[in-house]
Amino acid sequence: MSRTHVNCEINGDHVDFLSESGASLLNALRDDVGLMGVKEGCGTGDCGACSILMDDRVTCACLIFAPEAEGRTIVTIEGLAAADELHPLQQCFLEGAALQCGVCTPGFLLAAKALLDNNPTPTETEVRYALAGNLCRCTGYDKIIRAVLEAADILAANAATNGDAK
Amino acid sequence: MTMTEEPTGAPSYKWVGSRSVRPDGLDKVTGKAQFGADLKLPNMLEGAVTRSPHAHAKIISIDTTAAEAMAGVHAVVTAADLPDLAEAGAKTDDIFMSEKILARSKVLWEGHPVAAVAATSREIARAAAAAIVVEYEPLPHVLTVTEALADGAPVLHESMMTRGVDPAPETASNAASRAVHERGDLDKGFADADVVLEREYTTKPVHQGYIEPHACVADAGQDGRANLFVSSQGHFSMRAMTATTLGWDPSQLNVTPAEIGGGFGGKTTIYLEPLAVRLSTKAGRPVRLVMGRDEVFKATGPTSGSHMKIKMGITNDGQITAAQIWMAFEAGAFPGSPVGAAGMTAIACYTVPNFFIEGFDVVCNKPKVAAYRAPGAPIIAYGVESIIDELCLAIDMDPIDVRLKNAAVEGTQASYGPEFPRIGFVETLEAIRDSEHYRSPVPEGYGRGVASGFWFNIGGNSTATVHVNEDGNVNVITGSPDIGGSRASMALFAAEEFGIDVGRVSTKIADTQTIGFNDVTGGSRVTLATGKVVIDCCRTIKQDLRRRAAKTWDCEIDDVEWVEGQAQHASGTETPLSLADLAAKASRTGGPISVTQSDNVRGAGAGFTTQLVDLEIDDETGVCRVARYTTAQDAGKAIHPSYVEGQMQGGVVQGIGWAFNEEYIHRTDGTLDNPSFLDYRIPVASDLPMIETIVVEVPNPNHPYGVRGVGEAGIVPPMAAIGNAIERGTGCRLNDLPMSPIRLLDAINHRH
Amino acid sequence: MDYLAPTTVADAIDALASTADSRVFAGATDLIPQIRSGRPEPGLLVDLKRIDRLTALAESDTSWTIGAATPTSRLTEDPSFSSQFPGLSEAAGLIGSDQIQNRSSLGGNLCNASPAADSVPAMLVNEARAVVATADGTRTVPVSDVTTGPGATSLQAGEFIVEFEVDKPPANTGDAYLRMTPRTEMDIAVVGAGARVTLDADGNCTEARVALGAVAPTARRVSDAEAALVGKPINDETLAAVAAAASAACDPIDDKRGTIEYRKQVAGVLAKRAVKLAADRASGTATTNGESA
Repeated sequence: MSRTHVNCEINGDHVDFLSESGASLLNALRDDVGLMGVKEGCGTGDCGACSILMDDRVTCACLIFAPEAEGRTIVTIEGLAAADELHPLQQCFLEGAALQCGVCTPGFLLAAKALLDNNPTPTETEVRYALAGNLCRCTGYDKIIRAVLEAADILAANAATNGDAK
Repeated sequence: MTMTEEPTGAPSYKWVGSRSVRPDGLDKVTGKAQFGADLKLPNMLEGAVTRSPHAHAKIISIDTTAAEAMAGVHAVVTAADLPDLAEAGAKTDDIFMSEKILARSKVLWEGHPVAAVAATSREIARAAAAAIVVEYEPLPHVLTVTEALADGAPVLHESMMTRGVDPAPETASNAASRAVHERGDLDKGFADADVVLEREYTTKPVHQGYIEPHACVADAGQDGRANLFVSSQGHFSMRAMTATTLGWDPSQLNVTPAEIGGGFGGKTTIYLEPLAVRLSTKAGRPVRLVMGRDEVFKATGPTSGSHMKIKMGITNDGQITAAQIWMAFEAGAFPGSPVGAAGMTAIACYTVPNFFIEGFDVVCNKPKVAAYRAPGAPIIAYGVESIIDELCLAIDMDPIDVRLKNAAVEGTQASYGPEFPRIGFVETLEAIRDSEHYRSPVPEGYGRGVASGFWFNIGGNSTATVHVNEDGNVNVITGSPDIGGSRASMALFAAEEFGIDVGRVSTKIADTQTIGFNDVTGGSRVTLATGKVVIDCCRTIKQDLRRRAAKTWDCEIDDVEWVEGQAQHASGTETPLSLADLAAKASRTGGPISVTQSDNVRGAGAGFTTQLVDLEIDDETGVCRVARYTTAQDAGKAIHPSYVEGQMQGGVVQGIGWAFNEEYIHRTDGTLDNPSFLDYRIPVASDLPMIETIVVEVPNPNHPYGVRGVGEAGIVPPMAAIGNAIERGTGCRLNDLPMSPIRLLDAINHRH
Repeated sequence: MDYLAPTTVADAIDALASTADSRVFAGATDLIPQIRSGRPEPGLLVDLKRIDRLTALAESDTSWTIGAATPTSRLTEDPSFSSQFPGLSEAAGLIGSDQIQNRSSLGGNLCNASPAADSVPAMLVNEARAVVATADGTRTVPVSDVTTGPGATSLQAGEFIVEFEVDKPPANTGDAYLRMTPRTEMDIAVVGAGARVTLDADGNCTEARVALGAVAPTARRVSDAEAALVGKPINDETLAAVAAAASAACDPIDDKRGTIEYRKQVAGVLAKRAVKLAADRASGTATTNGESA
């Protein structure tokens, strides 16, 4: 079994790890890098629980071979909050009761971040279609959608006052 | 979200009823929360399971030599490594559970475990599991109740004679048991009716669909003890079942509950745990065992498929006079479907004077079913609530008016026996009737449907500990895994009882060595039962705090009141003492402030719900879209309204999936054709609108805050509500679940 | 499995030639699930995404060139491409969730050769061409020649698609792709229908292309449906003829996603709806983008 040495950026840090060439990035992140916030719900791209951002694009880590991460920029749930402050999406999920068991939550948060980065003022329908790749069995999605729309408003208000994009 | 008005005279609370942030929320939004597969121990091995490819077969031999010889393999277990409970004369249920864990002489469904392996990596473990050579003699199999009950059907268990039949049968069959509920005179009841309808219904097995696959880590010591870290709905019962399967005393196991990524009943039983412990004892190292998604579908416990025949009569002015129900539920490989609860809940919403309800528990070559949210009730409600709707159409009466006319109320003798105390069914019907949704016109091309549902809710055993830290902040420790937000409610109870900010309360779910016994998190019991013992602890502590204040002030305890977080002298002459003040002096007034209470809580309040759905129907493709959905449910008292709403919405959406798309699809050879989320289709966000919730509060007289369980009733009506909407929108009545586009288009093609 | 990520087409050809047990991949969104469900693992994985040409998207005066490994999200996000080929853009955009869209590609979707592949009917009605890299250079073939059956293509060992070419349509042309799935997203198409229609000043159809997916071993054009439209206006009568021709042209199977009867009937429904939508776009009267039926 050959192992590949991969160099990439994860949550702002340079990280290098050894992984089986045929392992998925999901397995590498959990087993070789130790980031357990990336969850396996199905391993075949049908549930979105393992969603990460790779080069600012939301993807399922289970559908990426570990060596593909070479030179890429990866963000996992562990990298969403600033050091001492939650991202507005995280805050809105907490306040809006947009999680129950919480296992799908990391995936939703990253998918929602990718949505709002590309489309800061989505409609409810746009949010629903953007998050269609993330399965939730506990909430029925209602409070998740509301939390994302609420976070969009907050981010837009922040951008207006700060002149920042994000 | 709307909430019905508080009845006059109801208490108003400062914390109970507010929307605090849940205590476990921060860890969950940052990825820190540890679920069953997230624990890494030093020296840990990875496990894999060898499973039967056949639906029914004799095991001729198992050869593990190739697996054991593989580099990196540290342990292999088969049924030979577990005690033979049949030989030991154990209870039948325990024998069946043990055989479910590892097949001994026969495999009874595709996916039935035959062996397990622990190795230094997942890849090696899987390769070793695949290298175990099992010689099978395939046997004919049965997949549905119809096949299982047919004359000459292959029998799964040679000694199974149907219980509940008189005279008792002398030949084995696949009918494990029969249960009957009856009242009155059925013939007279049908004679009194103006309209009598008879219908047949079928449903397929559906899975709870939790996003987290089963996972555990077992760490056995050489002293005959082991630690088990597992996501489960009840670590005490998990401990008991695992111990029984291993031939251990429960206390040899310490079970720590991980955060659980969804359960809905499906994680109230064991699958991997005895395997992980036994592998760990053999290897002398910790073992992690995690299911893949295909294993979850193939080898855990969906709920039953069924066949039901219902006959019901009604008068022209809307009185239901009689109901006759015959039903057979698939139990899977071992007995234990929820047909009994289905018989009890079938017509519990209504006062039906004459009924005969007969239910059969039938085994077949599929995975043994497990509990799924109000087990049994959604299945029978599909039939009962559908036929009631047809009766409403036949007598041209509004479906809510008919239900109001027949509604169970306080004092009604429930169909399953006891007299109902104060209940809120009528209030849920009225809430829907008076809703803006119900009053709005039905758009062109849409269908609108109504249905109701019931679930008993239970109480049961709970233990809690509360202590006051030296800074006056409070710890609440329970033993009930949190699957719906119950930690938030426990914190609110403590905040309310003590009169302190909820931010000063922390919660923890303790392991089996640290807290006293707790029944599973199920039956919508935790806010009620664990809540009650938490409240008891707080009230006991308040008594103690008053005693400590009295000692401090050298007065009688009767002179001390506890008001808004402080001990106050009735005369007002003393400076009040806060929790922090009293805690700081605890050593001088009797020692640390800590109380543990246990109870087997009774007095659970029955839960009722009425739901309303508008479907937009494409009659050229049979595709339906849920355009609008409103659910009204009696929560007794919503301790944390957001999580009550969340339970309601979650149950509704599971019901929507059950109605349209979810089903186990088996090939004729008995293997599962759709063990993935691609083809086992649960609803996605774009399928749905917002789910409007109306929280009705008719307090449960038997709980200090009026709580009724809310977790389960929500899943009971949606399938019938949707079936009713389809009929009213297309004229087509579908009596088989799922009501897929294929079935609907076929029905549309055949309508006149 | 070993992994290589060549940066030129020539290096990729050499890598594939080095061992018969090699496999190219783009997004891996089919490959990884197939390996997980027990298909044999290739000895060598050749990642095409580091070759610039394979992930390009370029417009010339007369045509577009789309890298075979270009993520389909790039197509749906390109306003120029999406406005010229709304049907092909939507079809590409229906291949799974946003997560999948950032990995899925026209090359992967075509060469996986599922009969239900969403982008293929839309590529067929736009008569896209595939540029295939071989040991001796490249050859260009119509997309309709690539798939030969479920899971099978006409590509030889060691060959792979580099890019697709699709010519810009004439004026007054519109395309569309509709599919039937039980949920709104995340499902494999039970039926897929692509259409491309060109209208003259009187509203009569001068050119018509209709293709069906998921109802035969490969996606295919329906010449009878096309003949029913050419020279005629788009009205209830011609649309009914399209529907009948589409249903008759099906050769579907019963499986866990649909029945033969259902697929035949709905193929007719979707074909006529796709033609109508394409015609509305051709005449500039389309109001919605119409995702799935």
